[in-house]
Amino acid sequence: MSKELIRLRDLCMAYDDELVLDHLNLYINDKEFLTLLGPSGCGKSTTLRIIGGFTAPLSGDVLFDGVRINDVPPYKRQINTVFQKYALFPHLNVFENVAFGLRMQRRPDPSDPKRKTKLPEEEIRQRVLEMLEAVSLKGFENRRTDALSGGQQQRVAIARALVNRPKVLLLDEPLGALDLKLRKDMQIELKRIQQQVGITFIYVTHDQEEALTMSDTIVVMDKGTIQQIGTPEDIYNEPKNAFVADFIGESNIIDGVMVQDKLVQMYGRQFPCLDGGFSENEPVDVVIRPEDIDIVPVEQGQLTGTVTNVTFKGMQYDIIVDFRGFKWLIQTTDHSPVGARIGIKIDPDGIHVMKKSRYSGLYGDYSSFSDEYDELDTVEPEEGGDEA
Amino acid sequence: MKPKLSRFAIPYVIWMALFVVAPIVLVVVYAFSNDLGGFTLENFSKMGTYAVVFGRSFKLALIATLICLVIGYPVSYMMSREGERFQRVAMVLIMLPMWINFLLRTYSWMSILENNGLLNQVFQKTGLLSLYNSLFGTSLEYFPMMNTQGAVVLGMVYNYLPFMILPIYSVIVKLDGSLVEAARDLGADGVNVFRRVILPLSLPGVLSGITMVFVPSVSTFAISKMLGGGTDLLLGDLIEQQFLGGAYNPQLGAAISLVMMVIVVVCMVVMNRFGEGEEQAVIL
Repeated sequence: MSKELIRLRDLCMAYDDELVLDHLNLYINDKEFLTLLGPSGCGKSTTLRIIGGFTAPLSGDVLFDGVRINDVPPYKRQINTVFQKYALFPHLNVFENVAFGLRMQRRPDPSDPKRKTKLPEEEIRQRVLEMLEAVSLKGFENRRTDALSGGQQQRVAIARALVNRPKVLLLDEPLGALDLKLRKDMQIELKRIQQQVGITFIYVTHDQEEALTMSDTIVVMDKGTIQQIGTPEDIYNEPKNAFVADFIGESNIIDGVMVQDKLVQMYGRQFPCLDGGFSENEPVDVVIRPEDIDIVPVEQGQLTGTVTNVTFKGMQYDIIVDFRGFKWLIQTTDHSPVGARIGIKIDPDGIHVMKKSRYSGLYGDYSSFSDEYDELDTVEPEEGGDEA
Repeated sequence: MKPKLSRFAIPYVIWMALFVVAPIVLVVVYAFSNDLGGFTLENFSKMGTYAVVFGRSFKLALIATLICLVIGYPVSYMMSREGERFQRVAMVLIMLPMWINFLLRTYSWMSILENNGLLNQVFQKTGLLSLYNSLFGTSLEYFPMMNTQGAVVLGMVYNYLPFMILPIYSVIVKLDGSLVEAARDLGADGVNVFRRVILPLSLPGVLSGITMVFVPSVSTFAISKMLGGGTDLLLGDLIEQQFLGGAYNPQLGAAISLVMMVIVVVCMVVMNRFGEGEEQAVIL
């Protein structure tokens, strides 16, 4: 892709003796849409605050264009931020909110290069209006910010940051307070704006769908360490461990043994797959996505199980199937009643084999199906996110 | 839809009617009547002679309010930036004098400011007095501090300073920290963060602080009587004299009260208009 813009080297951070960032290393390319994704407390917001200059890391370096900027205050960084709750100035109208950064700027006087001068009012006016038009808020200049809807406030916040022409825009869960429909629209809008202005976006979210929709690169974090870095497709199709597999989308994660390359054993049966590079008979975690499972008559099935729960989801049924005590989630368009015996078939490309990790055995069982769904629905109340 | 008054509000309505509305009505009625009870405007036409008292009262109250603001704002601001523990302790220290009776506090200032009071003794013992005398060729035995307008202003500042600090502090401490971060993010250094974000957003607190100091200062009579020695008459003293003193004339007293009230209300309305756009300052 393009050249490297930001590098985080060995970042450590702790609050009250609790390590929030544990030797984090990450580089971010120019003009890239990068998402830091993870559950509450994984260190994603802290990482963003360190890049923005609001928090100093305990140890480690922040490099911007190859220069160490640890000690550069936020107002001198070529980085702007869209805050979680927008943080619009309540005493200023929309125009003045957007103009704030420009009014702070000083540049060398053309007639006397030693002196610094403010931007001319005409230029400020022009740039603000241009930016408001770019975020579809033309005609809103004189509105009070508290008279705007959540989506409009959001766009003022983006305009206020982008009008300064930063090299990097940081976004801290900016869509958390919006309702589902608006959030989907804003995801597309954000991606469009990013491509239009052509700068780096670093986006923090706990919402995996948001991350998959917008990002060029996703960084999955947990407990202050990076679990996986990759494109949305990589992360979804080739999760590195049980944590990533579980956090991104739905996954059945089953104990297995890699018999040989392209052959994995589960439930005492062998399944052809596409993975290789493991030692012979190495214990592994096997990920099977609920949509990659075909329901077939019992006699044709690679495995047979009993349906214990059926939920209608509109596009598909979520059914829970008991395979010898371990419950799987299967998404299917065919209805199977509770109690039915069914067979399943999994194509080799529907099976993804991962090395054992410290997350093995923690995820991927749907025995407590309904509970798990509740957990997924209530996201991180302390970070202010709420799902409709 | 007209909101209906809950029956639980009835006691408060009666209270307000008895102790707020009725007295004001009485003041208005008295102000427009002569000692026989007939209607007259004489009370107001007489008031011209007291213009100098009005002027002095407003001047001293204004000075006291200004000093309170100059001291109170930085104190509130710095307090809000300290840790929670410090803030709690500081708050108690600021409130502490208010647990002691107002008159007692003012009395203690008398014994501090007196000619042979605490301060003058300190000045004598430290040689500050003789230094002053030799510098300016005077032969003072003490600095006369009691019974001056300065002492009156000091009394006002001392007594009403908490009323300036509290509203400003409570506004600043509630200020959303992310606004400050946003300003810094957008290129504002410390001075600009203060000037462009913190100051304008704390204006409502400043306005209610000014109100809460100015109004009692302009109408005070105990402070001027005790620390000013009653030589420089203030509005409060003037009104008191009309009701309790030798110049017994409650009609005139009511008229002066009414005029003072109107002037104060007009000042406050103008000031609130000035700070409009934000939450309105509390008029107390």
